[in-house]
Amino acid sequence: MEIKSDIVHDATGTYCPIPITELAKVAKKAEKGQIIELLADDEGAIQDVPAWCQTTGNEFLGYKEEDGILHFYIRKV
Amino acid sequence: MKRKAVALYSGGLDSTLAIKLVQNQGIDVLALHFYTGFCITETKRRRGEKKEDGSHYMNPALKYAAKYGFPLEIVDISDGYMDVILNPKYGYGANINPCIDCRIYMFKKAKEIMQEVGADFVISGEVLGQRPKSQKSIPLKIIEREAGLEGLILRPLSARKLTPTIPEINGWIDREKLEDIVGRSRKRQIELAKELGIDEYESPAGGCCYFTDENYAYKYKETMAVEGKITQDDLVLFTVGRHFRLDSETKLIVSRNERENNFLLGFKKSYHFFEPLGKGPVAIAKTINGEILDEDDKQIISNIIARYSKTIDGKIDVKYSFMDREEILTGFPFDDEAINQWRVSLNGNKIRHSP
Repeated sequence: MEIKSDIVHDATGTYCPIPITELAKVAKKAEKGQIIELLADDEGAIQDVPAWCQTTGNEFLGYKEEDGILHFYIRKV
Repeated sequence: MKRKAVALYSGGLDSTLAIKLVQNQGIDVLALHFYTGFCITETKRRRGEKKEDGSHYMNPALKYAAKYGFPLEIVDISDGYMDVILNPKYGYGANINPCIDCRIYMFKKAKEIMQEVGADFVISGEVLGQRPKSQKSIPLKIIEREAGLEGLILRPLSARKLTPTIPEINGWIDREKLEDIVGRSRKRQIELAKELGIDEYESPAGGCCYFTDENYAYKYKETMAVEGKITQDDLVLFTVGRHFRLDSETKLIVSRNERENNFLLGFKKSYHFFEPLGKGPVAIAKTINGEILDEDDKQIISNIIARYSKTIDGKIDVKYSFMDREEILTGFPFDDEAINQWRVSLNGNKIRHSP
């Protein structure tokens, strides 16, 4: 999966719900249509990020794992 | 005109039902979940704990808002929350939860967000007479007044037993379609869940708040009894590691795994710090009066660490540091019986009061 992100935010080292509260703050400032890349190492974020997208109406594009870090891609709607 | 409400949302059954009842009357609801910094899910994730089926523990608000289709905002209120906990105007509840002050703080934040998003009122899943501390009728009124939300907090589960609120008086909400639940029985809630298509929920009410957790409360009370006060660090450290009280002057916290090792490293600067030279847990010791940790205690601590470490020839070296002092000690593992005499846990020692 190759997705070009507009904003990268690093939330590694934090655990639920912090990656989500940080994602929410970044998303608030982002413009509609921009793609946010969230970095996290809380594996539970694999459940949390899609759930957050569902509750906020943003679009979850997917995630990948690289060297133990999860990269989540979200399009602001 | 379509009315809008913000809801205090824990992810528990009551607040889920409250939102459903109001949504069903054509009101737009934005659920607010407050992150206080004292979240059990966060600790479980930090420790890497998983459920039996291999899935991760999940914040109940996020889980059920997604499942039942509420818009949700997770609001970080951890900054000012410490003050609420350390200086509760209305005191502590059954465990240690300063419920009334906490509710006031959350409703104040909810009011700000209500105004920001142009909502008309606030809803909450509180049930009259359910909790001994905060949810009796008088505290409900105190909470309303202190939060500056008089007449604007609708509690759909008990509404017909409470004074009509502005949303009911103005006809935004049909009072007759709300509930009249009182007390601790969950019978009506379970029935209502069926009627409203809520087929999955936490059981028993599995909140995410440490202050209602009896193990956490036990550590809190033990420290209060022995040391006479609680610090900000204490509140955080009660969520981490194995706790030992060596004597009325000295408290020890031993990590349980790699992640807790990293977490306790953050406290290295201001505590007596112990680190095995090999595979094992780090530990921090807190001394109440002054900076002195006596030699016997250092040896006991090294032996406790050795119990949880990979020893070679029955021992392990442990590096001790405090301020600019450093020393190498040798730990010889205690057996569990020896260790249990110091352990602070609900099922272990009784609280020992300082002389």
